[in-house]
Amino acid sequence: MCTLEQRGRVFVLTLTGDGEHRLGHPLIASLRSAVASVAAAAASAGPGTALVTVAEGRFFSNGLDIGWAGTSRPRLQELVDALRPLAADLLALPMPTVAAVTGHASAGGFLLALCHDYRVMRADRGVLYMSEIDIGLPLPPYFVAMFRAKITAANALRDVLLRGRKLRAAEAKEMGIVDAVCPGPAETAAEAIKLAEQLAARKWDGGVYASIRMSIFPEACKSVGIVEESDEEKRKHFASRL
Amino acid sequence: MEPNNLCTVERRGRVHLITLTGAGEHRLSPALLSAIRSAVAASAGAGALVLSAEGKFFSNGFDQAWARTAPLHLHSTMDGGFRALVADLLELPMPTVAAVTGHAAAAGCALALAHDSVVMRGSRGFLFMSEVHAGIKIVDFLAELMREKVPDAVNRRDLLLRGDKMSAAEAVRRGIVDKAIDGGVEDVVNAAVAEAEKLAARGWDGEVVAEIRKAVWPKVWDKAKDYGADAPAAARPRL
Repeated sequence: MCTLEQRGRVFVLTLTGDGEHRLGHPLIASLRSAVASVAAAAASAGPGTALVTVAEGRFFSNGLDIGWAGTSRPRLQELVDALRPLAADLLALPMPTVAAVTGHASAGGFLLALCHDYRVMRADRGVLYMSEIDIGLPLPPYFVAMFRAKITAANALRDVLLRGRKLRAAEAKEMGIVDAVCPGPAETAAEAIKLAEQLAARKWDGGVYASIRMSIFPEACKSVGIVEESDEEKRKHFASRL
Repeated sequence: MEPNNLCTVERRGRVHLITLTGAGEHRLSPALLSAIRSAVAASAGAGALVLSAEGKFFSNGFDQAWARTAPLHLHSTMDGGFRALVADLLELPMPTVAAVTGHAAAAGCALALAHDSVVMRGSRGFLFMSEVHAGIKIVDFLAELMREKVPDAVNRRDLLLRGDKMSAAEAVRRGIVDKAIDGGVEDVVNAAVAEAEKLAARGWDGEVVAEIRKAVWPKVWDKAKDYGADAPAAARPRL
């Protein structure tokens, strides 16, 4: 389902196999476990690590496993509820994160990409697509919070959520949704790893980095259940380092 | 206002010009914050306000050296003083212009952006949210001010989470500051004063300026309003 390797200071999380990487219980659980390992490894590695999430095949992720949910609304809600803590894990991760969008990222898969600090995407194929409007599914509140946080231009947000616009990498870059565009999947993965290495080389304190991430996207973090530290706790942290 | 050697005030036409004096970093210690607040309070009757600085720095942020020696329970006086200054600026009954004559880092950057307009020196100096590099978490008020004034997600990330040093040209390109000015400190100050004079010439009712400003930045006003001056409201400026 997914593998985790460490290349120097960069952790590479790969969604394996040629399939759609549908976010069902098994994959979500694997991803959470992998992200937890990354957080633990970072604690012992010290400052200066980063995460890249990449996928094999034609899809980054095609979203929640609605096939498994079928017509069952409770099942669909289960998946929505299961994905939320994974989003929280990524938003709270004490290191910079880069999504290498090596294929289609749709619905929950697009959300997963947005949960990263940076996005690198292949130009040759694949789209970012919020399909919910087209298939008649309402958006979970934390999905909306995430999109509102990361896509701040009003027409871009409207196009993505309310029009179901399918974005190729170049357009996504123009809209500020993707940071870099590469010709194909291999280059995308390489560029993402290179970016992650540059970010890791800054040797930022992971806890501070995660705290600042929360400061810039507080509503998104709150919507996935992260509780921000109080100012008092932040001052104590400052004092403890003196 | 009591004379102090931390900042000066002068009137240039309708513009109340405050200058942080000396070649230092203009660290926002409780003392400097108090001095600037006094200088702001002395703007009554002016048509617009400019905050500028001498030397290489606009302001390099909070006075961490002071914080290192002060007991923990007093640290909030620096945050509180900053909030009070921003409250004063938000409810000031006249347009405000920051003349970013040099480096503006952390709380110094936030202070610049707390003004209605920002003109910045093109040839030297950066906007720099240095906290991520220094390993310092950002207190809620500072974050709220930056969020309201830097609404774009990519700009927020690059400025605060990546800690980019942004030149004036870059900041203008991203819509974070209004103008980049060539030349030296005096050229930036003159440009800021000219901008302020133009705004003063609009003849706006100062109380309305303050009310509209607070309505445009409601979240930061809401978090600042209990900290502001208890001084009587400035006389309505006849512009």
